[in-house]
Amino acid sequence: MIYDSVIIGGGPAGLAAAVKLAEKGYEPVIIESRDRLGGIPLQCIHPGFGLHLFREDLTGPEYIYRFIDRIEELGVKYVLEAYVEDIVNYSMISKKVRITSPKGVEVVEGKTLIYAAGARERTRYEIGLPGPNAAGIYTAGEAQTMMDMYGVMPGKRVLILGSGDVGLIMARRFVLEDAEVVGVVEILNYPSGLVRNIVQCLQDYGIPLYLQHTVKEIRARNGRVSEAVITRVDENFKPIPGSEFTVEIDALILAVGLRPRVKLLKKLGVRIDPRSHGPVVNDWLETMDAPGLFVAGNALMINDYADYASMQGYWAAESAIEYIENKGLPSTRWRRVVPGENTRLVVPQYLSGLRDAWLYLRVSTPLENARLVIPGLGREIPLIHALPSLQLRLMLRREEIQNAGEELVVEALER
Amino acid sequence: MTEELVITCIVCPMGCRIRVLKKDGEVIAVKGYSCPRGREYAVQEATRPLRVLMTVIPCINGDLPVVSVKTSKPIPRDKLLEVSRYLASVSVEAPVEIGDVIVENILGLGADIVATRPCKRVKN
Repeated sequence: MIYDSVIIGGGPAGLAAAVKLAEKGYEPVIIESRDRLGGIPLQCIHPGFGLHLFREDLTGPEYIYRFIDRIEELGVKYVLEAYVEDIVNYSMISKKVRITSPKGVEVVEGKTLIYAAGARERTRYEIGLPGPNAAGIYTAGEAQTMMDMYGVMPGKRVLILGSGDVGLIMARRFVLEDAEVVGVVEILNYPSGLVRNIVQCLQDYGIPLYLQHTVKEIRARNGRVSEAVITRVDENFKPIPGSEFTVEIDALILAVGLRPRVKLLKKLGVRIDPRSHGPVVNDWLETMDAPGLFVAGNALMINDYADYASMQGYWAAESAIEYIENKGLPSTRWRRVVPGENTRLVVPQYLSGLRDAWLYLRVSTPLENARLVIPGLGREIPLIHALPSLQLRLMLRREEIQNAGEELVVEALER
Repeated sequence: MTEELVITCIVCPMGCRIRVLKKDGEVIAVKGYSCPRGREYAVQEATRPLRVLMTVIPCINGDLPVVSVKTSKPIPRDKLLEVSRYLASVSVEAPVEIGDVIVENILGLGADIVATRPCKRVKN
């Protein structure tokens, strides 16, 4: 059996891709690592999902069950508790993926591959947090899985390091479950989460937010984290001597960012963009190094909204259909998208000029009354209030891309 | 008696700091907003802030130990902890479907507690 598409990952991007393919009469198969479909939204019990895609404010599970229910209606095949070991064979017309599941080891073959394996959370070791190897240290996502999928409390007196949205949301969850949150510590001078979450997760419950602070050291007692030493930092993120204070805790929650999960892509020789930390793709969301391999969702870049991940899933599925029908995508003169001043990342990195394309980007520093400029296209868009934590998105028309040169610089300039 | 409240607006990512002046509980002035929606939000926050509550409750014989729930409409902010504590003693028997009412008219606030995630029944 050769599937039209093997979809790796059954979250917002992978499920959307599968729904689109099946609705158009194609046969995909989903490979999912957990024991159920849905991915991360299953454990995101707060609202804020679906505003872009359904024009409704849904919780994570409500959002993702719209897709899961459709998958069941359409009879899409999926394998659960399946781990992708390797891509054993890769050619223009066939991709063979070796998976391990409770049924054993098997090779699944597809005409195309849609990689939607999501992101991983950055760990203690990536931020160089000194101290003993103690129990009671979790990432925000791990804490969320424990509390909101399995009803297990990770601690009763908690410090949160990093002000990413999941960390803020978990701060509120801890308080509502009668735990104490001693504070949220952020090294930058602005929070990395949304204003809404600063207000509704911290201010509502009187949780202190320590900006320009970090955790210098953790201490343990009887093998479990017991104290954290918090310090103020200067503009170079160096601890300011004499500013330290110690808090007693029994859990430390790390909300220090996400990274696209790209190990398997690297093994295939796919180039990784050091800015997005995801693969280098064109405007079919096809990797520039492996034809017929499409990437969507947080495996492509870290998205602010599950809605965007699902939209990329639809996009990847439409591209896969075009690939299947034409036995490949047309070759073209690529225009490279180059992040210019104040621009942290831009995805996709290459444009064909053969289709309209969404450009996703982030600025690299907070900007007030700035403008987003693409000189090669003569485009200029006002940015009243831009933060690195806000993902920006704009649609480029095929005709304007066609007239552009080899390189398209995208930059954010202050007025 | 007059009091001034500073509200951080959440209507859009700009996060305007809106100052609401109240006299004897009545709003008499609003300053620092950039749009009508922001003004409306600030007045609401200064007089009667409302929130949707989300939490989990145990699901007996379910395929997961807990099921996620929310209030069917926003409730007063100062009732969030009270409702959450009340829900600590509530559990439900699987199966549960999205939208199932778990508690009607929670603490007389006019909102129901509804399930937001299905929970399949498993033999136990």
